[in-house]
Amino acid sequence: MMKLTVEETEQVYEEPITAEAPMQLNGADVFIETLHKHQVEVIFGYPGGAVLPIYDALYKNPIKHILARHEQGAIHAAEGYARVSGKVGVVIATSGPGATNLVTGIADAMMDSIPLVVFTGQVATTVIGTDAFQEADIIGITQPITKHNYQVKDVADFPRIINEAFHIASTGRPGPVVVDIPKNMATSMFVTSKEESQEVNLPGYQPTTTPNFLQIQKAAQAISTAKQPLILAGAGVLFAKASDELAAFAEKYQIPITNTLLGLGSIEGNHPLFLGMAGMHGTYTANMAIQTCDLLINVGARFDDRLTGNLNYFAPNAKVVHIDIDPAEIGKNVPTEIPIVADAKEALEALLAQDSPNGNTAAWLESLNVSKEQYPFHYQASEERGLLPQQVLELVHEYTNGDAIVTTDVGQHQMWTAQYYKFRSPHNWVTSGGLGTMGFGFPAAIGAQLAKPTAKVVSIVGDAGFQMTLQELSLLQELRIPVKVIILNNQALGMVRQWQETFHGERFSQSLIPVQPDFVKLAAAYDIKGYKIETFEDAKLQLKEALESDEPVLIDCRVVQKECVYPMVAPGKGLHEMIGVKPE
Amino acid sequence: MKRIITVTVLNQSGVLNRVTGLLMKRQFNIESITVGHTIQPDISKMTFVVNVEDEQKLEQLLKQLQKQVDVLKVNDITEKQIVVRELALVKVVSPPAVRAEINSIVEPFRASIIDTGKNVVTFQVTGSPEKIDAFIDLIKPYGIKELTRTGVTAFVRETQKVNTPQLSILK
Repeated sequence: MMKLTVEETEQVYEEPITAEAPMQLNGADVFIETLHKHQVEVIFGYPGGAVLPIYDALYKNPIKHILARHEQGAIHAAEGYARVSGKVGVVIATSGPGATNLVTGIADAMMDSIPLVVFTGQVATTVIGTDAFQEADIIGITQPITKHNYQVKDVADFPRIINEAFHIASTGRPGPVVVDIPKNMATSMFVTSKEESQEVNLPGYQPTTTPNFLQIQKAAQAISTAKQPLILAGAGVLFAKASDELAAFAEKYQIPITNTLLGLGSIEGNHPLFLGMAGMHGTYTANMAIQTCDLLINVGARFDDRLTGNLNYFAPNAKVVHIDIDPAEIGKNVPTEIPIVADAKEALEALLAQDSPNGNTAAWLESLNVSKEQYPFHYQASEERGLLPQQVLELVHEYTNGDAIVTTDVGQHQMWTAQYYKFRSPHNWVTSGGLGTMGFGFPAAIGAQLAKPTAKVVSIVGDAGFQMTLQELSLLQELRIPVKVIILNNQALGMVRQWQETFHGERFSQSLIPVQPDFVKLAAAYDIKGYKIETFEDAKLQLKEALESDEPVLIDCRVVQKECVYPMVAPGKGLHEMIGVKPE
Repeated sequence: MKRIITVTVLNQSGVLNRVTGLLMKRQFNIESITVGHTIQPDISKMTFVVNVEDEQKLEQLLKQLQKQVDVLKVNDITEKQIVVRELALVKVVSPPAVRAEINSIVEPFRASIIDTGKNVVTFQVTGSPEKIDAFIDLIKPYGIKELTRTGVTAFVRETQKVNTPQLSILK
């Protein structure tokens, strides 16, 4: 007879002796099972030593896994997936460097309230704290950039922790939750029990979704007496799936709407009550409406400084109503007269149900319409100047009919996209707003395409940001998903260059990149079709062809380097002090 | 203005770190912090003292604390009727010749001697932070060799005389 090793003996000993013998699974199996229970369809990740048991369990019981080429690519793809599908994005990385490579994406998801559950491997509990190989204190590192985080210390807690993680990530104000899994927790045996409750019990976490009735009445009262009311709609409207209610609310009370950057798509881009985006590079009309309104109804926006400009001058005449599911956002930056802690949809429904009379806003709407006519976005095109980024975006909008899912990084290309692409529906706009992350847009487009395989997904990126995560071209090559990568290539860090031109006496310190790879050849190396576009005439023909293709395509648009984003609120200035409102 | 804030939390590892990390991130300087179990072993209570200049910042602090998943309850008890206690251990140079004199000075403070050596005495004193300050001032001329304070712990008294101001969000 074969001699049993100590380990085997222990396993035999651990076999529970009960009347109804429960199933024996290890932590990794339980992990996969719990993901199935949460109907996780796709995981974005990258394997490594500490998560080997989990990947082994994945091999046995496959959930679709997308192997990004860098953990940052994986998590941005998960963000794109979450934003477009409305589901929780799931990410796995190994311990140490795998986990730390996720940090940018976690912070990005935190700033933009994107629901993610991030699983990181960890060294075994027996060596945690010894600076073991590939050990990093990811709980400590991610504490300030997560909604919550966990380390599994007992395999029996594993299903509960995963359930709580999904609950916390997806309810209230969404956000990222990190679950750190020591390697031995994935290999430890877990005894299932049928009585185990699936219900989440978190006494310290009870988001308020239903608005206070008295506050709703106060808001309705304020609306009925306001002469110049304005709605500021943020991403909270999108998360609450409240676009229809928003439009109905605006139409019922005849109130104009402006959007934050992340709120774009919450109202149709061509809606007659829509004034365009507000903020640093918003429309003059929207910003002046904020400065002159007597009632500002913020629905699910957080008064970010890029939106408000100098707070000392912000909305000086307005009584502020703030609807937000996160009470900590109310009054954080802007004093609020009528706070409404609620889900945007429930709050708007409650406001719609109020049968209070409209204020007479006709004169106000009329003056805003005149302003809209008078101060549109502008650029000066000519054949000598070359191809302008705004022209490219107008063409992209025309060829996709405002229906495409558009993703971007941060910077000039992002602002031009926000200005010139008129979104027709919610969840078609995926951008890194709060953190302003270069390298976000391209992997996010891959995630977005996986969430909606039939949609047209266009990733507008700058030449610099694209080079931060372009290794994910491998994913396009492998998955053959028809993402269109449009590089607005101005051979510069465009926004840095613009600020240096305006605020640093044209001293272009380290912002110009004269030597670029041949992006078309680069695409070819990944077996992806590439186009290089240098003139408006090229753009009209080739962009159309590229966008109509059902294959992945990369389009290198060589645009004018000196073009700046206007209009603009300079840092430290009030919204009423916009520059570049009209062509000089 | 100094505020006394109590935070009831689930007793899980990392909670203290989470709370102090949050305060650090938002640039609040903690003057003192005490933590211990409540009557329920899985629930702990923290008392901390912070300096906050304006009401808006204070409200933001309370809301951010309340937002933490492990936090059950946050209270700013500064303006309520409260009991506040702190413990200090003070090792004082005390040769036999002056020992009787020192003892008579500290007697009104109801400080007790918990250790003696040839030339030193260690006092334990409990009470409000002001009382402890006064004790330390008084004993300082004799020479303090070592001093450690716990920071305050506090809760509200059973009977309240005045109403305390509410968060603007509740008004």
